[in-house]
Amino acid sequence: MKKHTIVALVQDRPGVLSRVVGLIRRRGFNIESLAVGHSETPGVSRMTIVVEWDDVEQVVKQLYRLIEVLKVSDVTNDPTVEREMALMKLHAPPAKRPEIVALTEVFDAKIVDVGANTVVVEMTGSPSKVQNFIDVIRPYGIREMMRTGRIAMVRGARGHTAEEYVESANGHAERVPVVN
Amino acid sequence: MSDKRTGAQVMCEALIRNGVEVMFGIPGGAIMPFYYAMWEYRDKLRHVLCRHEQGAGHAAEGYARATGRLGVCIGTSGPGATNLVTAIADAMMDSTPILAITGQVGSHVLGKDAFQETDITGITMPITKHNYLVKRAEDLPYVFEEAIYIATTGRPGPVLIDVTKDAQQATIVPDWNIKLDLPGYKPNYRPNLKQVREAIKLILSAKKPLIIAGHGIIMSGAVEELRAFAERTRIPVITTLHGIGAFPEDHPLSIGMPGMHGWVHVNRAIQECDVLFNIGGRFDDRVTGKASTFAPNAKVIHVDIDPSEIGKNVKVTVPIVADARLALQAFLDEFPADREAFADLHGHASDWMEHIREMQAKHQPKQQYLNRSDTANMSLPPHDVYAALTKALNSRGNYRVVTDVGQHQMWAAQLIDWYRPRTHITSGGAGTMGFAVPAALGVALACPNDTVWAVCGDGGFQMTNQEMATIVQEGVKNVKIAVINNGYLGMVRQWQELFENKRYSGTPLSGPDFAKLAEAYYWKGITVEHTSQVEAAIEEAYATDGPVLIDFRVEREVNVFPMVPQNKSIGEMILESPHSS
Repeated sequence: MKKHTIVALVQDRPGVLSRVVGLIRRRGFNIESLAVGHSETPGVSRMTIVVEWDDVEQVVKQLYRLIEVLKVSDVTNDPTVEREMALMKLHAPPAKRPEIVALTEVFDAKIVDVGANTVVVEMTGSPSKVQNFIDVIRPYGIREMMRTGRIAMVRGARGHTAEEYVESANGHAERVPVVN
Repeated sequence: MSDKRTGAQVMCEALIRNGVEVMFGIPGGAIMPFYYAMWEYRDKLRHVLCRHEQGAGHAAEGYARATGRLGVCIGTSGPGATNLVTAIADAMMDSTPILAITGQVGSHVLGKDAFQETDITGITMPITKHNYLVKRAEDLPYVFEEAIYIATTGRPGPVLIDVTKDAQQATIVPDWNIKLDLPGYKPNYRPNLKQVREAIKLILSAKKPLIIAGHGIIMSGAVEELRAFAERTRIPVITTLHGIGAFPEDHPLSIGMPGMHGWVHVNRAIQECDVLFNIGGRFDDRVTGKASTFAPNAKVIHVDIDPSEIGKNVKVTVPIVADARLALQAFLDEFPADREAFADLHGHASDWMEHIREMQAKHQPKQQYLNRSDTANMSLPPHDVYAALTKALNSRGNYRVVTDVGQHQMWAAQLIDWYRPRTHITSGGAGTMGFAVPAALGVALACPNDTVWAVCGDGGFQMTNQEMATIVQEGVKNVKIAVINNGYLGMVRQWQELFENKRYSGTPLSGPDFAKLAEAYYWKGITVEHTSQVEAAIEEAYATDGPVLIDFRVEREVNVFPMVPQNKSIGEMILESPHSS
């Protein structure tokens, strides 16, 4: 099964996250990561879902059946910018700190908190770069880690603004009367 | 009345504004404010008290399926709401527009395991087209408007509104100036004409074309358009289980039902055809058999209003997302005016039909099925019941038949002659035993001038027969029940006989004396044990001014044939029991 990155624009209403996740759960797939937040337009959220899927086209169509879903794109094969952030609390006794500082510099990571025996490192980058950093730093002892999951955006002028979907809603679908 | 209303009054007025006249339900603690308000509106909004919420749900479905209008059911929080779940799931599978209204505990105790609290919006999320939890009375006018719009437009389906008790009780001045805001819901009704022209090209060049008419024809009211399309092209028409009635079975182009218990000539024709035009059907696995072997030579044109149905089970050459009626209208408009353009098609279609009729004559035409040799020694073969019932329906007219799920359902689909839309109402996709009796109640209220026959097995009948009391309490007289009583969960037993070496595990079934049960409910009850009594019993049912149940004690181990074993190609049909020949 291939790993897919799906970007969805959804209306920001209660339960919408549960509906989207439920559709994926129904098929027994595990979500690798899911990131949700406000988009550029009030009332519209953007989601990035990473999941291993066989027939992604069918799932995209199913997602469209949800009333609050405005736009779904499988951007797996599109040129995209993908980013992820990880916060890591590292075991960092004074003797080990120089090495940790050096590694964070190499990876463009940031030390955002220093404690007696710990440091908290913020690492932002492409998912593979974040993973590389985690692999390298793991031997020093990761006490806690939190990853945001991937967020993705299509490069260039392509992609979809939330606004075009909200505006096109004015004068919603015609109602065709049933005759019998 | 001032402008002030309670939330519960707003709910009643929202329903009336949307044309709702009948609701089926059961009150309870969390929905009591709604019932309190309902009393004021009882002249316009009839409440039918059911005996179980599942019955209320199926009755709403029956009402909706008979009319195309919204069916409404009501339950209280907790068990009231969960009892609606089966009917909601059934409506989801069969694209039935119903609105389920449930009471919910007060918003201040939501999520605290209050008495009779259940997360019904969470439970029904995957089995509703959409659902709502309303905690503020101010939201009720909008939510009801949007919910009913969603339930009844596009591909219809069930919508649930869960209203907290305090939202029903709060007093507000409702704002009825509603503008729906649904940027993510825009059903596409009109077909893409380029695709229509592409499909016409395929159809005109076909040598062995077929039409599959599904539920969409009936839901969109496309019966006349379908007939015009078929007559113009002279293509044979197949009607699926839910497409029954979309095309009259006495029409020379009608060839019958496909699929697991479809006719041999229909399934063989599908396997041979070169162009398959499916309009308003969803290629359910009971139609396709093993999908990878389905219609191997066919280019498929698929018209469906739900884009997610297209390409889901069968590969499609020309996809058309549209309302079935508008799509057929577009085809009729776009057909070449020149009659010569149809000459080749008509020539091929005529040869093709001749070939199909030859197969039909060879492999059990319908009438032959009514008189099978292996039923000769039985005192009451089920087929004799259907033969007599068909005769009565045809001679008297004005009927609706509601079937349950199982052998009796397939026999009804096969053996009764079907002519008109919405006369055959059944639980298809979900296969919900217990559907027929409560659904018949809904149909009977929607169609007071028709005789409504609920045809059930003894298994399904025993799941929801308490609605017989509802039928009496409501003064409904036009329901007749035919129990095809074989003392088994018959369809499961058939599978056990054919595929599991007759290990009848969990299928032999006893019941009360159904005629006496009917009498206890103040119905007329009739017991029939021999073919010679069938016609008189049906006559008596018609002659009785009130509900009647006939217990047809049929031969116990009769199978539904033809049959395609599950997950086999529809080309591989079993025609009779291996041991009966």
